[in-house]
Amino acid sequence: MRHFIILLAAMFAATAAAQDSLPPAPYAYRQLNDPAQEAKAQELMETLRCLKCQSQSIADSDAPMAGDMRHQVRTRIAAGEDPEAIRQWLVERYGDYVSYAPRVTASTWPLFAVPLLLLLAAAIILWRRIGGKAEHRPGDYSDGEEL
Amino acid sequence: MSAELGLAALWMAAALAFLQLAGGALAQRDAEAPLAALVRPAAMLQGLLALFSFAMLLWVFATTDLSVKLVASNSHSMKPMIFKLSGAWGNHEGSMLLWVTVMALAGALIGWLEKRLPEKTMQATLAAQGFVAIGFYAFLLLSSNPFERLPMPVAEGNGLNPLLQDIGLAFHPPTLYMGYVGLSVAFSFAVGALLTRQVTPEFARVMRPWVLGAWVFLTLGITAGSYWAYYELGWGGWWFWDPVENASLMPWLAATALLHSASVLAARDALRAWTIMLGVVAFSMSMVGTFLVRSGILTSVHAFAVDPERGTFILALLAVYIGGALLLFALRAGSVSEGRRFAAMSREGALVFNNVMLSAILGIVLLGTLYPLLTEAFGVRVSVGPPYFNPVGAIFTIPMLLVMTIGPLLRWREDNAERVRVPVAITTALIVTTALFVMLAAGNISLLPLLGLAIAVGLAVASLMPLRGRNLLRTPLSTWGMVVAHFGIAVSLLGMASESAFTEERLVAVAPGDTTEVADWQIELEGIDPVAGPNWTAMEARLLARRGGGEPHELRPEARSFWAPVQQTTESALLTRWDGQLYAVIGDQAPDGRWQLRLWWKPLVTLIWLGGLLIALGGVLSIIGRLASDIRRRSADRREADEHDDLAQIRGGRSGPAGELV
Repeated sequence: MRHFIILLAAMFAATAAAQDSLPPAPYAYRQLNDPAQEAKAQELMETLRCLKCQSQSIADSDAPMAGDMRHQVRTRIAAGEDPEAIRQWLVERYGDYVSYAPRVTASTWPLFAVPLLLLLAAAIILWRRIGGKAEHRPGDYSDGEEL
Repeated sequence: MSAELGLAALWMAAALAFLQLAGGALAQRDAEAPLAALVRPAAMLQGLLALFSFAMLLWVFATTDLSVKLVASNSHSMKPMIFKLSGAWGNHEGSMLLWVTVMALAGALIGWLEKRLPEKTMQATLAAQGFVAIGFYAFLLLSSNPFERLPMPVAEGNGLNPLLQDIGLAFHPPTLYMGYVGLSVAFSFAVGALLTRQVTPEFARVMRPWVLGAWVFLTLGITAGSYWAYYELGWGGWWFWDPVENASLMPWLAATALLHSASVLAARDALRAWTIMLGVVAFSMSMVGTFLVRSGILTSVHAFAVDPERGTFILALLAVYIGGALLLFALRAGSVSEGRRFAAMSREGALVFNNVMLSAILGIVLLGTLYPLLTEAFGVRVSVGPPYFNPVGAIFTIPMLLVMTIGPLLRWREDNAERVRVPVAITTALIVTTALFVMLAAGNISLLPLLGLAIAVGLAVASLMPLRGRNLLRTPLSTWGMVVAHFGIAVSLLGMASESAFTEERLVAVAPGDTTEVADWQIELEGIDPVAGPNWTAMEARLLARRGGGEPHELRPEARSFWAPVQQTTESALLTRWDGQLYAVIGDQAPDGRWQLRLWWKPLVTLIWLGGLLIALGGVLSIIGRLASDIRRRSADRREADEHDDLAQIRGGRSGPAGELV
């Protein structure tokens, strides 16, 4: 039993050491050489949430995890992957929470239905409110008030 | 001792708020009720007591009285004095006390000076104010006592979050709070008018300065907050659609709609129920802005004072306020007639259109902010960010901006399209030309920034058109206010679109002596020096920036380490030119000894905040113009009434009551 624990501890220590000795993500703070690819990466990074921060995108954060994710995004873009495929890959890995662009799903459809309803409501209100003609009343005046 | 005095004053102020509520309520039944006469004095005294209480809080922070819990947990004897004082409201309890103090002072001012509305309406207004204040007092006294003592004084305080130790942020929350308070005053007026069925143009004129004032403060608060995030967070972003930012944007949207609607009511006696409803919505949004942030439900870059334990109390308070306001509106709105009608093609028509658009934008922001909280309650975590807010918001913003170009040119009640044909043609031509020009010159540009640039140019010119053919010296101040504010919207929009379309970024690792480039700038890292401040140490980079080989300008970005509490921050360095800003940040040192540099050239970015300031300036001009013309009107009325009296006396009749009415 004791040997087992020591073995386990050694294994953890080894993994931890391995993580420490991993090279830092080089593309966390380095741009891609191709400006078109960099622009694509930048656009994608601005729409991905830094999971360790509060309301910041990975393009706006100094957190190590954001740096790792920037590195991932840039290397994948450089490898010719499509930005939406990368987003998909991150969503599969971290869940919907990582993407600032909500997809239409069973739990998010109101986000897209409500704006349509608002559009409809706005149209109805405007129709009813300003559809009619002004009534002409003898006492009507404009007293020069302006906004 | 001062802490105890402050607490005692707070209790007494709370008791007076009750008196205000009871007196105002009784006065509705019986104008001769003994308590009715006490409503105004109670409001005035309450203001003084709240002010005294807040002064005591400032005092314990100024003297760093470490036996007071709030001081011990938020201050530090080594802090600069200005941050000791701003620490008084840079925390949950203190900021709530500031809120209620400003509100009580506003109540005192109304109780003292406001005589234009019928007394019964004023009493109902002050009662509503008392009701709102009671919630805050209860909240402070029962769950967030700012004056709580520690059993044993501590040796040293915890310090204030270093990000908050910044002059901009010291005044950011109070500015927003002034705005929220202004909207709550407007709401109290709306309740008073609704209860006593006095939804009149006079009511709109009395309420308008408060709405305008609130709007000016909110504009300034949002502008300052955005600039703070821009330079302090070190990545050059200026708006994140973060829930806390949204919480301040929503009251602004509601206030914008309300002030336009109130102007229609004041000028044309139209949109009565609509104005009252916007008053209710604006107040609800300011409660959301005040409390949701404090409840800890929203987690975001700004929510430093998170305390989930108070959440329940806060949510209950929110439910009472918003629910009560909506219920009152639902019960009484039926008794308010809509007022005069108008044609679609009229100033009112354009204003209603923009009000509806603003309300829809408000709905989108509210939905996008609260929906993730809702799904989270059911175990699904989603994020709603710029890719959602920008395009969905644009659906409503773009028509609004387009109507904004012609609205101010239209006549009240009814107008015909022929009359505004030329200005519309000019604006349309400008928008189309700009769009084509930008597409040709910049090539690959996304749709929203393109539309933003084009509409900004069209709107900038269109917003000045109301001045055409006028004598500029004799143009009323309130018209100038409108023109300046609308022009400010165009300026701000131009900055936003330009920043998002044309920003250039450069991330590099450099050794001292190396030169790098961003846009047409050459930036040399001269050296790195260690520096120390009162409560931090830092590595400071000396950068020399030259534009196309011209004069060098020095920038000194810092990476700071605070020790109370321990935290790293980046201090960006900004070089402002007329056509944009160079933004520099120094990062970590790489193992090979080189330093991380982040550089941005952001064309026209400063216009975002310059536009914000112009919008606020427009509001200020409008307030001054309104108050001046109001005073003129009232003294003219009084003169007329006096003459009337004199005439009556000459004829031997009794002097009429006209003098009392004004």
